[in-house]
Amino acid sequence: MSLAEDLHHTRPAAQSAPPAVVCDGVAVRFTTDRGTVNALDNICLSVPDGSFLALLGPSGCGKSTLLRVVADLVAPSAGTISVLGGAPEAARSNRDIGFVFQDSALLAWRSVIENVRLPLEVGGANGRAKGRGGNRSPEQLLALVGLSGWENAYPHELSGGMRQRVAIARALVNGPKLLMMDEPFGALDEITRDRLNEELLDIWANTGTTILFVTHSIYEAAFLAQQVLVLAARPGRVRELVPIDLPTPRRLELRETPEFVRIAGYLRRVLETC
Amino acid sequence: MAETAATAGFVVDIAAEAAYQAEKRRLAWRKRILPLVAVIGLLLLWWLSVELFDIKPFIAPSPVSVIKILVAKFGMLMSNLLPTAIEAVCGFLLGNLAAAAIATAFVHKRTVEEAFFPIAVMINTIPVVAKAPILVLLLGNGMEPKIAIAALICFFPTLVNMVRGLQDVNPQAMELMRVLSATPREIFFKLRVPNSLPYMFSALKIAASTSVIGAIVGEWIGSTKGIGALIIQATYAFDTPLLYATIVVGSTFSALFFLVVSAIERRVIRWSPDRVR
Repeated sequence: MSLAEDLHHTRPAAQSAPPAVVCDGVAVRFTTDRGTVNALDNICLSVPDGSFLALLGPSGCGKSTLLRVVADLVAPSAGTISVLGGAPEAARSNRDIGFVFQDSALLAWRSVIENVRLPLEVGGANGRAKGRGGNRSPEQLLALVGLSGWENAYPHELSGGMRQRVAIARALVNGPKLLMMDEPFGALDEITRDRLNEELLDIWANTGTTILFVTHSIYEAAFLAQQVLVLAARPGRVRELVPIDLPTPRRLELRETPEFVRIAGYLRRVLETC
Repeated sequence: MAETAATAGFVVDIAAEAAYQAEKRRLAWRKRILPLVAVIGLLLLWWLSVELFDIKPFIAPSPVSVIKILVAKFGMLMSNLLPTAIEAVCGFLLGNLAAAAIATAFVHKRTVEEAFFPIAVMINTIPVVAKAPILVLLLGNGMEPKIAIAALICFFPTLVNMVRGLQDVNPQAMELMRVLSATPREIFFKLRVPNSLPYMFSALKIAASTSVIGAIVGEWIGSTKGIGALIIQATYAFDTPLLYATIVVGSTFSALFFLVVSAIERRVIRWSPDRVR
C-alpha cells in the first residue's frame, strides 16, 4: 500500500486535543455460580486522542471487558469513565465508536458491501442520521482494506483474513473517532496477521482515529502501538503502561531491529510478573 | 493485494479439466440412476414373489394390478386427493404461521416463553391419533378438524426450530447491533429473522410431509372422501390393489409438496447455512 506513505506526515499533532478515553477507578464485578470475580479493579487510564493503545495481558485479565466498558456494552460497577469527552453511552449513540470483534461477526445472508452498509441502516432515525458522518463510502472503505472487486461476494466465499478486512471496513463506515478492536487477528494464520498488522497501521494513519487494540501477542502489541497497557489478572488491574518509542511509519522489518527486540523482551518480562 | 488475486495460481490444462468435468458428470448421473435401478429392482422382486409364491391379491397385490388400478381409477383417486391436499396445505399454512407468530412472541417476551413453552411441549406429547377424535368432536365432521390436525402436527417442529433460530444468533453480531444502537425491531428483522430462516426451512420440509399425514389421520375418523377415507374403505372391502394405489397417490403428493418447499428454500437461502465465524 503506497497511499499511506504520503499521509503519515499529514497527521495533526495529537497532544493539543483532549484525551479520547479517561478511566478513573473503573471496576467491573461479575457474579456467577462459581462466585464473584473482580474482572477489573481500579483502572485509571488516559488515552491521548489519535493514539494507538494496545491492551496486553494474560487470559482473564479483563482486557476485553475494559474494551466493552468503553464501548458501553458493559456497565462499570464503580468508577467513572469518559469517552471523547462525554459518557460512553453518548459516544455510542453519536456513532463515534467502531468495534471489531475476534469473530468477524459478518451477517452470512448479506454480501460484502451489504455488510459494510449495515451501520448505515440501523440505529433508528437518530442513529442512521448520525451514522452518515463518515467521509468515506462503503465502496471506498472496501478499497482501503484491499477488497475492491469483492463487493458482491458472500462471507462464506471469503478467507478469514478477508472477513476481518470487511469487519474493519464496516467499523469505519460511520467515520468513528475511536476504533476498538478485540483480538481482531487472533484467529488468523501468522502470514495473514503480519500483513493485516501493516495494513492496520496504514488505515490508522489514513483515518486519524484513536485505536484501542486488545491482543495477547507481545509482537503484535509492540509493532502496532504507541503505548502498551499491560494488565494483570485476578483481579484485572494495570501492571504498567509501556511507551513504544519506535520510529513511524513502521514496516515488518522493524521487528528484526535490536530496538524492537529489546522492547519485546521488556514486555515479556513485565508480563511474567502478571 | 495478494488475496484480491485469489483466482491467480491457476493454469490452463484443457485435457485435465475435460476429464474432471466428465468424471463430475459421471458421478452426477450415477447418483440419479442408482436409486432408479434399485426401485425397479425392488418392484421386480415384489412382482416375482407375488407370482412365484402365488400370494392372494387381497394379502398383497402384484405391482401390475396396482398400476392397472392407478390408471383405471385415476379420476376417482384424484377427486379423493383434492380434499386431502386442500386440508394438508391449509393446515401447513395455518400451523406454520401460528408457530412463527408464537415463536416471535416467545423471543420478545421471555415471560410468555417460560409460561407457555412447557405447555406446548406437553400437548406435543399427545399422539395425533389421540388428538384427532377430540378435534372431530370439537370441530364437527367437515374439513375443519382435518385442517386443525394437519396444522397441529406442523406446529411443533416449526415452533421449536423457529425459537432456536431466532435466539441462536452470533453473540458478537448481537453486540455489534448494540454498539450500533439498533432498535429491538431492527435487531429482529435484520438479525434474528434472517438467522432463523435456515432453521425454519428445515422445519418446513418436515412439516410438508407430516401435514399430509395429519390430514389422512383426520380423515380416518368419520369422513367419506379423501385419501384417508379411501384407505379405510379399501381396507374393509379387502380391495388391496386400490389400497396400494391410494397410498401411492398420497405419498406422491407428499413428495411433491416436499420438493416445492425445497425449491423455495433454495431460492430464499443463497448463503451458506453454516454460521460464518
